[in-house]
Amino acid sequence: MRRLHSFNGGAHPAEHKAESTARPIAAAPLVPLYVVPLRQHIGTPALPLVRAGDRVLRGQAIGQAEGYVSASVHAPTSGRVVAVEMRPVAHPSGLADLCVVIEADGEDRAIDLQPLDWRGMEPSHLRNLIRDLGLVGLGGAVFPSFIKLNPGEAGRVETLILNGAECEPWITSDDLLMRERAREILKGAEIMQAMLHAGEVVIGIEDNKPEAIAAMQAAVREMGLGYEVAVVPTRYPSGGAKQLTYLLTGRETPSRGHAVEVGVQVFNVGTAYGLHHALAEGRPLISRVVTVTGHVASPQNFEVRLGTPIEDLIRAAGGELEGATGEIIGGPMMGFDLQDRAAPVTKAVNCVIVKDAQRFPPPPAPRACIRCGECARACPARLQPFELYWYARARDFGKTQLFSLFDCIECGCCSHVCPSHISLVDFFRYAKSEIWAREREKEAADAARRRHEFHVWRLEREKQEKAERLARKAVAQVKEAEAAPVDAEAARKKAILQAAIERAKQAREGVTPRNVDHLTPEQQHQVEEADARRARLHAGAEDQKETENQP
Amino acid sequence: MAAGGLTLGAVLGWASVRYRVQEDPLVEKIDAILPQTQCGQCGFAGCKPYAEAIAKGEADINRCPPGGEDGIRRLADLLGVEAKSLGEGLEHKPKSVAVIDEDLCIGCTLCIQACPVDAIVGAAKQMHTIVADRCTGCELCLPPCPVECIHMEVIHEDITTWKWRYPVYSIRPVRE
Repeated sequence: MRRLHSFNGGAHPAEHKAESTARPIAAAPLVPLYVVPLRQHIGTPALPLVRAGDRVLRGQAIGQAEGYVSASVHAPTSGRVVAVEMRPVAHPSGLADLCVVIEADGEDRAIDLQPLDWRGMEPSHLRNLIRDLGLVGLGGAVFPSFIKLNPGEAGRVETLILNGAECEPWITSDDLLMRERAREILKGAEIMQAMLHAGEVVIGIEDNKPEAIAAMQAAVREMGLGYEVAVVPTRYPSGGAKQLTYLLTGRETPSRGHAVEVGVQVFNVGTAYGLHHALAEGRPLISRVVTVTGHVASPQNFEVRLGTPIEDLIRAAGGELEGATGEIIGGPMMGFDLQDRAAPVTKAVNCVIVKDAQRFPPPPAPRACIRCGECARACPARLQPFELYWYARARDFGKTQLFSLFDCIECGCCSHVCPSHISLVDFFRYAKSEIWAREREKEAADAARRRHEFHVWRLEREKQEKAERLARKAVAQVKEAEAAPVDAEAARKKAILQAAIERAKQAREGVTPRNVDHLTPEQQHQVEEADARRARLHAGAEDQKETENQP
Repeated sequence: MAAGGLTLGAVLGWASVRYRVQEDPLVEKIDAILPQTQCGQCGFAGCKPYAEAIAKGEADINRCPPGGEDGIRRLADLLGVEAKSLGEGLEHKPKSVAVIDEDLCIGCTLCIQACPVDAIVGAAKQMHTIVADRCTGCELCLPPCPVECIHMEVIHEDITTWKWRYPVYSIRPVRE
């Protein structure tokens, strides 16, 4: 047996798991319209490959992975693309994002699916395939899996952890998946282990899921795998990648780093299940298991085609009961309120909770922080939330970073235990997004500064180049004039030209003014006087020049 | 001892010449706060000249509309003066980007010459277009356009630029 470690703090929120575990996983019914967002993962959204009017088949790629951190997106059923446009998506902002809207034809015809022989495949080719099959982490972070399946330098990953802890209240999708489809999860884990050259594989499950533990243990035995099913005590947030890594290996993930830096790679059990199906059948990720629970007629887990509108999914669970007050996407600790029920299920949506006033009352009015330190005792990342809160509230973002804001995993334990009902984690989310926005602005400003400096330098260079060009031209002209060879033809032309100029000059001088022919003596006198004045002035000017020239 | 002192003195003297800080560090710090829009609304030829004028005490800190109140506050913090509201006749506008109506553009290159960050591509008698990522929204390309085919579009927030709001609570009466 593995010696388990224990992380700091945590919380024991009411579990509410039993509501949705009474029924098995059901396939959600097909719906007439699917809205498939092109951004279903962390990183760059996929590039649309289809246009309105195109016909698509189930599993056909409709979005191509773009850039390194990205994954492809596929059609969940066969039908016709009616639009590629902005549609509301499940996001705390309630903003719209680019989606491919598919009108289902009801036939649900698939593309030709071919099993892939991953064992004989070149590793980088296999990883590209996994990216093109749209596999991302299904635990909620939706990080493209192919990147995490890169072993890097040999022996870097010692332990592969399959995360089946599922510590959030209400959510049971991983629980049911492990109970019902343990073998397929383990087959996915085999692929992961081979790709990462991991020495050991540990499956971490909280002790409040005895059926899942038994099913996984049985499957490990039957398949003859040397994997260990490690049972961890039920304490939120044991399913956090860093917390589970510490629980099972005692290794602490460095600040602002990932578990892989201490030789551990963590995947959600749903991701392993999806990977197995992707390679064994060549089937891209077009569905996932989603818990629909809370104030609905029959809470249940569904295997849902990605792109199914959430309102249709709620209807599949018997519809909401009277007195529903809204929906939470994800769990009550880390999830967010849904703004538009037309938003679709994506790879990131693991649970839909319909709220009612009794179990989800509006938060009580916050009171002043009394600096009791309960939040610091509860913080699994061992931060000091009351200090962070202090600075985030005062918008002193530099100080929040000094207190390691970015090591906060936003688990919400601090808000949960706060006796003053302060929603601390909201302040941390606010501070984080504010810091990111400032970093973006700073990058843009720096780029603009560089471009402006280059612009100024370029104008200066162009001016200088023009001056040099003109100077060179002038010099060349002078030189040309000096060094021009005596060309007989040119000389003759020049002589003719000169002669013409001379003739014109003489002609000009030969002309006598006609208005002096018949002058009266008076007029003659005036003319003579003027001439004398002119001569005098002329002489005077000459004299002056001479006197000026004398020292 | 004396020889050592002289040697060290020589080294220090040489270092002070060799590693002299070319730029005024205060100007750099001010310039780092300015948004680098290069719009000239402050009355100077760009952000750097404005930064230099502030450093010399020739310009006030409230002349930069794109920087807004936040920029003024950060300048005030840096310089140890009181923050104030934006100067008379200046208004803070939401961040925008210039867009050329490509059907109307006649390819005169006047906007290309006006752009302080070389964000417009095109050639004489060829259609021009603006590289939106590079555009600082300075509006300097608007007046030179002879056919008025450039307009400003406000940048709306999307999922990637969306920010969590400052948490606020509605106040409910304790007693009716």
